[in-house]
Amino acid sequence: MTTRVGVVTFPGSLDDRDAQRAVRLAGGEPVALWHRDRDLKQVDAIVLPGGFSYGDYLRCGAIARFSPVMDSVIEQARAGMPVLGICNGFQVLCESHLLPGALTRNDHLHFICRDQRLRVENTDTAWTGDYTTGQEITVPLKNGEGGYVADERTLDELEATGRVVFRYLGGNPNGSRRDIAGITNEAGNVVGLMPHPEHAVETLTGPTTDGLGFFTSILKRLVNA
Amino acid sequence: MPVARVVVDVMLKPEILDPQGQAVQRALPRLGFEGIADVRQGKRFEIELDGPADEAAVARIREAAETFLANTVIEDFTVRVEESS
Repeated sequence: MTTRVGVVTFPGSLDDRDAQRAVRLAGGEPVALWHRDRDLKQVDAIVLPGGFSYGDYLRCGAIARFSPVMDSVIEQARAGMPVLGICNGFQVLCESHLLPGALTRNDHLHFICRDQRLRVENTDTAWTGDYTTGQEITVPLKNGEGGYVADERTLDELEATGRVVFRYLGGNPNGSRRDIAGITNEAGNVVGLMPHPEHAVETLTGPTTDGLGFFTSILKRLVNA
Repeated sequence: MPVARVVVDVMLKPEILDPQGQAVQRALPRLGFEGIADVRQGKRFEIELDGPADEAAVARIREAAETFLANTVIEDFTVRVEESS
């Protein structure tokens, strides 16, 4: 039986097809989910893709968080279903309070688009099992509001509990506190990050295939579950 | 039916970096506006009610501000009823 990974399309999502393709290349079955539906079509895991959901009006991810599909996603994420939020998806996860903190305007105010080096800090999450701790990967990054912020107490707690999953290497692209590029929830099933692993799954179109590990990690995790 | 306006002001918390405000602050002296120590940029929502701004209506707006209009992780907000002229 193939593993079904749902990819939510919000109005303004851009990278849903890339995420579906990454799932397929990793050997899973991508399942398109629509923002207005509560039905998760019996998927085993969910990706919230990058883009500009609902035009990013008010704040990035703020309106998407109240979409019908997110009621089901929040409920299932709390019950342990693996959920990955990439870029705008990370913003939606923070607005949903599934992950702590928030993403704010890049400190230099410019939209940035570049290949970004990252260090994998935590391989115990549902989405990072195929990496090794300390591994350096390169995946594209493209955002205007990617600065990760949280109060000092939350940042200390994230560090102390190993919940910083990825850190920026070779320069902090957006002013994120403590060079944080991605984090996980306490249970390790919900992961959010600003850079785009789904754009680094084929040599033809990506700088590396370093991003494929996210999608193979989740398939292995679910097969062995 | 009397109508009322409720104003919700949303500002980044003081400890959160406001790069937009900083960019505005840097531009002001270039335009000849001197003596400005700091600028913070926020959002203002003017909400027209279709009834009076009674306690229950304002409480609902406060709830909307807390759950939706502001992200209280990074922002503070105030709610006030604007007197009709």
